[in-house]
Amino acid sequence: MLIIDCPWCGPREQTEFSCGGEAHIVRPVDPDSLTDEQWADYLFMRKNTRGPHLEQWVHTYGCRRWFNVARDTVTYRITAVYKPDEPAPGSPE
Amino acid sequence: MRNRYSIFSLARNALSYHEDWQTAWRSPEPRSRYDVVIVGGGGHGLATAYYLAREHGITDVAVIEKGWIGGGNTGRNTTIVRSNYLWDEATHLYEKSLQLWEGLSQDLNYNVMFSQRGVLNLGHSLQDMRDIERRVNANRLNGVDGEVLNTAQVKAMVPVINASPDARYPIMGASLQRRGGIARHDAVAWGFARAADARGVDIIQKCEVTGIRRKNGRVVGVETGRGFIGANKVGVVTAGNSSVVAAMAGLRFPIESHPLQALVSEPIKPVLNTVVMSNAVHGYISQSDKGDLVIGAGIDAYVGYGQRGSFSIIEGTLAAIVELFPTFSRVRMNRQWGGIVDVCPDACPIIGLTPVGNLYFNCGWGTGGFKATPGSGWAFAHTIARDCPHELNAPFSLERFSTGHLIDEHGAAGVAH
Repeated sequence: MLIIDCPWCGPREQTEFSCGGEAHIVRPVDPDSLTDEQWADYLFMRKNTRGPHLEQWVHTYGCRRWFNVARDTVTYRITAVYKPDEPAPGSPE
Repeated sequence: MRNRYSIFSLARNALSYHEDWQTAWRSPEPRSRYDVVIVGGGGHGLATAYYLAREHGITDVAVIEKGWIGGGNTGRNTTIVRSNYLWDEATHLYEKSLQLWEGLSQDLNYNVMFSQRGVLNLGHSLQDMRDIERRVNANRLNGVDGEVLNTAQVKAMVPVINASPDARYPIMGASLQRRGGIARHDAVAWGFARAADARGVDIIQKCEVTGIRRKNGRVVGVETGRGFIGANKVGVVTAGNSSVVAAMAGLRFPIESHPLQALVSEPIKPVLNTVVMSNAVHGYISQSDKGDLVIGAGIDAYVGYGQRGSFSIIEGTLAAIVELFPTFSRVRMNRQWGGIVDVCPDACPIIGLTPVGNLYFNCGWGTGGFKATPGSGWAFAHTIARDCPHELNAPFSLERFSTGHLIDEHGAAGVAH
């Protein structure tokens, strides 16, 4: 089981959390101007990275707040936990 | 076939103490170029190669596998075969597959131990039973066998099940597909490999594809750990790693890869002669011919490529299985493992063309690909040979995610397989 370090509550077991999938997907500002293919890309297409992956989690049975996790999808090792308004680790400021 | 299996070959080889059996397939060095290269030597990939040769006369084919054939999800599933899906498109595809299963051992000259022992899908609530009745009616309108059983009928079929009205998961009835059942998963890979090899297909193991070479928007071959292999057409059937291979061709897919777990018990005497599935409690169970209970769990919610999952998932599944079958509470589990399943948003596969010319993908089978092995290969072979999907797999295109024609099979396919 993963131990996830909630930025607000500290380390807790994975069963307290729900995974919200890939992080940093930005909803298009003007959906009406998109083609169907562009909308499908936003809605359905995913990086599904094998290796370092940025993803959203929510502390469902705790503070119920969302945050982001950097986790390797092969080793499952969590390398960073950061709040939604914080930049991804390693990304340009 | 070089070495046809029969009672006579068995007797003949007995005289030489079974030391002179030929290998079931060759292990040739890869040639520099093939007409068709299939990436992925699981059941679906091997079936694709077999049907390319048998149905379309295309034998200049290589199946390239990074590990050993059948070592991925083909060897990691719970071997359930059925075709009782809800929507027409899915039902037709899985029913084609089930019909191929029914003649597969004879067709391949290899005993895949397909056993039509029936598949029960339990209903634990009034809404479950309404959904079951709807699905069975839809199946029968599509010519697929299906029956709705009441509690007493379920109990008569499966005496060890806890059908008491005050059970934690009361059994209000079930759907039954008598033509469903199980097959021997390894034999499916080996049988397709041997039959494809006999028709001239090269099966190349321990050869990882590291790139997809393209020229003017068309595929020209694959980079591998053993050098470049040229191809007129490339078919990719890499299950959990589909997004990884797609990225090699600059493509994005609507797929997430998740660990799906299963486990087997120690072998016990015959106690369960059918397949019991319950979507509501995330569990499914059958007993193999060897005697072990084969139990499937659910997927982990996170993306994972590690071929292992969370303990909490199998804990939840076994808690439910023990509620349904109290007598199994003292059975010890022998082995537990995970496979990486490629899940689509609508729980249906993608089988078809891609924006790259002569590059084809067959993926997104998620938690239920094993049952589709022959039908998937059959339809994908048609797609590759004709550069056009068969009407059976045309609805399962990548374009459906932009046109909105999703085939929402979560009800029939979402959890239990």
